[in-house]
Amino acid sequence: MQRNGSVLSELFSASQLYHCNKTSPNLLSSLSDNRIRSAHFNNETLIFPPPPSLSNIMDPRRAPRTVSDPKVRKVGFFTDPPDRSLPGPPDHPISSFPTSPPSTVDNSPPSAGNSLSPVMIPPPRHSSSILSRLRRDPAEFFPLPASPTASTSTSFSDDVAWTMKGRGVAAASSSLPGGLLFDIAAIKSAASSVPASGLTTVSAVNNLPIEKGGGVAVEMQDDQSSRSKSLKEKTTKAERRALQEAQRAAKATAKAEDGKTPAAASGAAASVKSGKSLKPPPSQKNDSAALAALEKKAGDRPPEKDRKKEFPQPRMQFDDKSRVEKAKRRAVVKQTEARNRVELFRHLPQYERGTQRTELQSKFFELDPVHPAVYKVGLQYLYGDICGSNARCIAMLQAFQEAIKDYSTPSEKTLARDLTAKIGSYLSFLIECRPLSISMGNAIRFLKNRIAKLPLTLSELEAKATLRSDIDRFINEKIILADKVIVKHAVTKISDGDVLLTYGSPSAVEMVLLHAHELGKQFRVVVVDSRPKLEGQLLLHRLVGKGINCTYTHVNAISYIMHEVTRVFLGASSVLSNGTVYSKVGTACVAMVAHAFRVPVLVCCEAYKFHERVQLDSLCSNELGDPDVISKIHGREDINFLDGSTNSENLQLLNLIYDATPSDYISMIITDYGMVPPTSVPVIVRDYRREHLWI
Amino acid sequence: MPGTQTLVNELVTKLKKRRVEGSQETALLTAELLRSVISQLKVPPTNQAETLIEAVKSVGELLVAANPVELAVGNIVRRVLHIIRDEVFSVAISSAGGDDRETAEQNGFRVQTVAAGPPSRSPSLHAILDRTHDSEIAHHSSRAGDSFEGKGKSADRNAESWKLKHDVIRAVNELIEDINSCHEQIAEQSVELIHQKTVREFLCAAKEKRRSFRVFVAEGAPKYQGHALAKDLGARGLQTTVITDSAVFAMISRVNMVVVGVHAVMANGGVIGPVGLNMVALAARKHAVPFVVVAGPHKLCPLYPQNPQVLLNEMRCPSELLQDGEFSDCMGVCNGSGNPLLNVVNPAFDYVPPELVSLFITDMYDHSKC
Repeated sequence: MQRNGSVLSELFSASQLYHCNKTSPNLLSSLSDNRIRSAHFNNETLIFPPPPSLSNIMDPRRAPRTVSDPKVRKVGFFTDPPDRSLPGPPDHPISSFPTSPPSTVDNSPPSAGNSLSPVMIPPPRHSSSILSRLRRDPAEFFPLPASPTASTSTSFSDDVAWTMKGRGVAAASSSLPGGLLFDIAAIKSAASSVPASGLTTVSAVNNLPIEKGGGVAVEMQDDQSSRSKSLKEKTTKAERRALQEAQRAAKATAKAEDGKTPAAASGAAASVKSGKSLKPPPSQKNDSAALAALEKKAGDRPPEKDRKKEFPQPRMQFDDKSRVEKAKRRAVVKQTEARNRVELFRHLPQYERGTQRTELQSKFFELDPVHPAVYKVGLQYLYGDICGSNARCIAMLQAFQEAIKDYSTPSEKTLARDLTAKIGSYLSFLIECRPLSISMGNAIRFLKNRIAKLPLTLSELEAKATLRSDIDRFINEKIILADKVIVKHAVTKISDGDVLLTYGSPSAVEMVLLHAHELGKQFRVVVVDSRPKLEGQLLLHRLVGKGINCTYTHVNAISYIMHEVTRVFLGASSVLSNGTVYSKVGTACVAMVAHAFRVPVLVCCEAYKFHERVQLDSLCSNELGDPDVISKIHGREDINFLDGSTNSENLQLLNLIYDATPSDYISMIITDYGMVPPTSVPVIVRDYRREHLWI
Repeated sequence: MPGTQTLVNELVTKLKKRRVEGSQETALLTAELLRSVISQLKVPPTNQAETLIEAVKSVGELLVAANPVELAVGNIVRRVLHIIRDEVFSVAISSAGGDDRETAEQNGFRVQTVAAGPPSRSPSLHAILDRTHDSEIAHHSSRAGDSFEGKGKSADRNAESWKLKHDVIRAVNELIEDINSCHEQIAEQSVELIHQKTVREFLCAAKEKRRSFRVFVAEGAPKYQGHALAKDLGARGLQTTVITDSAVFAMISRVNMVVVGVHAVMANGGVIGPVGLNMVALAARKHAVPFVVVAGPHKLCPLYPQNPQVLLNEMRCPSELLQDGEFSDCMGVCNGSGNPLLNVVNPAFDYVPPELVSLFITDMYDHSKC
C-alpha cells in the first residue's frame, strides 16, 4: 500500500515539475548545478535523472512522440555526474547551494530508491537496501559497454523494466491513492528529525516548492488525505507538521536559488516551452483517479523501443549481421572469423585462433588505450594460461587494480565517468581475447558500481585508493574467504571410506579434498577427465603428490566407475537462478549418470558466481573453443584422421566449453552461505545483490 | 589337417592380442575360418554330420577362449553349427523315404520349432533370438539324431556326404555375405557414438535416398573411431560435425535421433557397446530422443547378461589415457598397505539396459533356413 502511494507521489511531483519548469527554466540549470538532479530534456519530456523513479514514470508515457534532438538524447539520465548536455560548470561544490544543508546532496538517492519499492518482492527493511538495488543499474546486465551511450541505453532499459511493473501496481490501486502518498511523505519527513533535511527524502517534497506549483501540490495532497480519513489516521500530528515544515523550507530554498542562478537554460528552455503545452496545469488539479487513468492510458501503448529494452538485452548474437558489423567497427583487434562454422552455433563468436594471437602481439604498441597489465591478462586468457573462473576473475580484478593505480583523470573529465569508460574499453579488449565468464561479469558489475558510488568529495588519489581496496576486499571476501567457508561446509560431507568423484579440475573441490585429507579422513578420489583440455591430469598430479589415493578415468567410462562412487563433487562456472549449473562441458553428463546411479551430486560454487539469468539448454549461450584442438589427440599420433580436414566443407569440428546441468540432477549446492538445494538459488541471488552492493 | 590348424592358431593369436577388433571383422574372420575348416575336413563315410559338428565346436571353443568378450565369435560358431544341423536335417528328410522312427521324431520337432518362429512373424528382436534359441535346443536333439543316423547308416548316404558338406559351405558363404551386407534404412539428423561400419552404411544409404540431414559424431575416446567415421562421412558428402564426448549432453537436445552401432545385443535386449554408450543413452532418454541400435545378425547373442559391466568388459591400456612419461613419478608411489596410489581405469565396453533402447534395426534372417 505504502509503496503504491510512493509511486503516485512521484507522479505528482513529476507533473509538478513540468508545470513549473515552463515558467522558470532557469531553475533547471540551478538544480543541475547542485547535482541534486540533473535536468534533461528528452524531446518534450522533462526528466530528472538521478531519481530514476522520475525518468521511469515520465518516460514511457512520453517517449512515443519521439522527435528528439539527437544531441539531447545522448545524455545519460541516470548517473550522478552532472549532465553533459547542460552548459555550465560540470561539478559544483555543494556550497553553491547555501540554504540546503550538505546532507541534502548525499541523501537524495534514497528518495529515489523509495519510489522503486513497489516492485520489490520482499518488503524492504530500510530504504538503503532499496537504494542498493537501484544503484547497481548502470551496466549491470552489460559488462561491456563500449561507449557511454550504450551503457546509457541499457540502464535505461532496466529502469523502464522496473517502472512498468510499478506502474501496473499504481494503476491498480487508483481507488485509494491520495492518502497513501501523503502518508508516506509524512512518514519520511518524520523519520528525519530535522525538518530541513526531511525535504530531501522525498523528491516530491523537494521539488514542489519551486514555484506556485508547490502550493498546488500541497493542496492536492491535503485534499486527498482528507478524503481518505482512515489512512490519514495513521499519520500523527507531529509528522504532518514535520512535512509542512519541510515544504516550507524547500520553498525558501527554491526562492534563494531563483535569485542567484544565471539564465543559462540555453536550448533546453526552448524544448521545454514546446513541451509544456503537453500537460496543461489544470490536469494537475484533477484527482488521483484521473491521473491513474492517464497512467493507464499511457501504459496501453508503451513505446515499441522501450518495450524492447524492458528486458535485459541478451548477449550479442553473432548471426545478426548488422550488429556484428557495428561491433567490428568498435573492435580494438580485428579478428578473422572461422570459416567453417557449425550451423547451430552461428550466434556465438568464433575466430581463427592463429591469426588472433599474432595480431594481438603485433598490435601491442598500437593499442595505446589498453593498460599493459590488462593486456597481459588478455593474452593469458587467449593462450589459456589462466583458466578456471576464479583464477580468471582474480587476474582480471588485479589487472584493473593496476590500471586504476596508474590512472589519472584527464582534465575536464570526472573520475567516475572517465574511469568507467576506460574500464569499459579494457573489458572489450578482454572480451576479444576470450568471452567473459559470468563470475567476471558479476565482478565488473561490482567494480562499476563502486566507481559510480564514489563520493564526489574524494580527491582522485583517495578515490583510487578506495577503489583498489574495494577490489582487494572483493577478492578476499567473495573468493578467498568464500572458498574457505565452502571447504568448511563440504568437508562435513566426507566420511571415512568414501569414494569421491570429481570432474575436471575445479579449484574449490580441490581445496575440499586437500583439506579433508589434512583432517586425516580416509577416502579415495576418482578424477574424471575429458578431452581436449585434460585439466584432470593436473589435478591428479597434485592430489597424488599429496598422497591421496586416486583413480583416473575419462568421461566415457563414467557409468563404469559410478558403481563404486559414493559422492560426486563438482565445480561450477555459474549457478543460474533456476538452479541450472553452468559449468565445464561434460559436467551435465557426470551429474546425469550420478543421478541415474543414485549418487548424490554436490556442487561447490561461490555465491559471487550466482546469476539471475535463466538458461534451459546449453546452446543458447555458450563459448566456442578452438576447434582444431579436437582433431589432434595428445600423445596419440596414430589417430590423425582429421588432420587437414578442417578445410572440407562437410566436416566441422565443434569445441563447446560449457554446458548447463539441469537442477534436478543436483542434490545440493555448497556456497559461502551454506549448503542449499538448487531451488534456493534465487534467494541467494537476491540476498547477495542486496548485501554485495554495500560492501 | 595341418593347414586348418595353422589358420586356427593364427586367428586365435590375433584374437588374443586384440589385433582383430570390431565385431564385424571378427565375425567375418571366424566364418571364413570355419568354412575352410569344413572344406578341408575329411569327412568319414559314417557319421559325417557329427564329425563336422565336433570339428567346428572344437575350433569354436578355442576361438571363444581366445577372446571371451568378443561375443561375435560365439555367435558365428553357433550359426555355423545351426547351418550344419539344418543341412543334415534336410538331407535326412529328402533321402530317407522309409524314415526311421528317430528321424520322424526329429522331423516333428523341427516342424515345431519352425512353427515357434514362423517367418511371417514381425521382425522383432525377440523373434530373431527365438530362432537362435531354437537352434540351441535343436542342438541336443540333433546330436541324438545324428548318432542314430550314424547307426542306421546306409551306403546311399555315402554319396550324399559330399553334398552335405557342399551345402554347408554354401550356407556359410551366404552367412558371410550376410555379414558383409547389413545396413539400410533412413535417418534424420542423428548423433552417433562410434565408428561402426554398420552405422556408416546406414547413414550413407540414407543419404542416397536424398534425405537431408546432418550428423553429429562423438569422437568416442579412447579409440577415437568417431574421427575416422566423421572423415568418411564428410568425404561422402554428409554434413558432419565432430563433438567431444563430453558435449553429448549439450548437443543431444538438438538431435532427432541417436544411431549407434554396438558390439553385441544380448538376449534380454540389453546392448553391449563401446564405452560411453550408456551415457549417451541416458542423455537421449532425458531429452526423449529415440535411441536406435543398428546391428548385424552376427551381433545377436543368445546369452543373458550377468553383471555385464564387469564380466563382459575388458580393460584397455592405461597409456591411452595417460602418457607413459607424464606420470612416471606417480605410478610407483604406494600407500601404506602397498596398493598403488594411482589407478587408471580404461574400460572398453559399456552396457545399456534394454529400457533405454528404443529400437533395434537388423537385417532379417533368411527365413527358409530355419
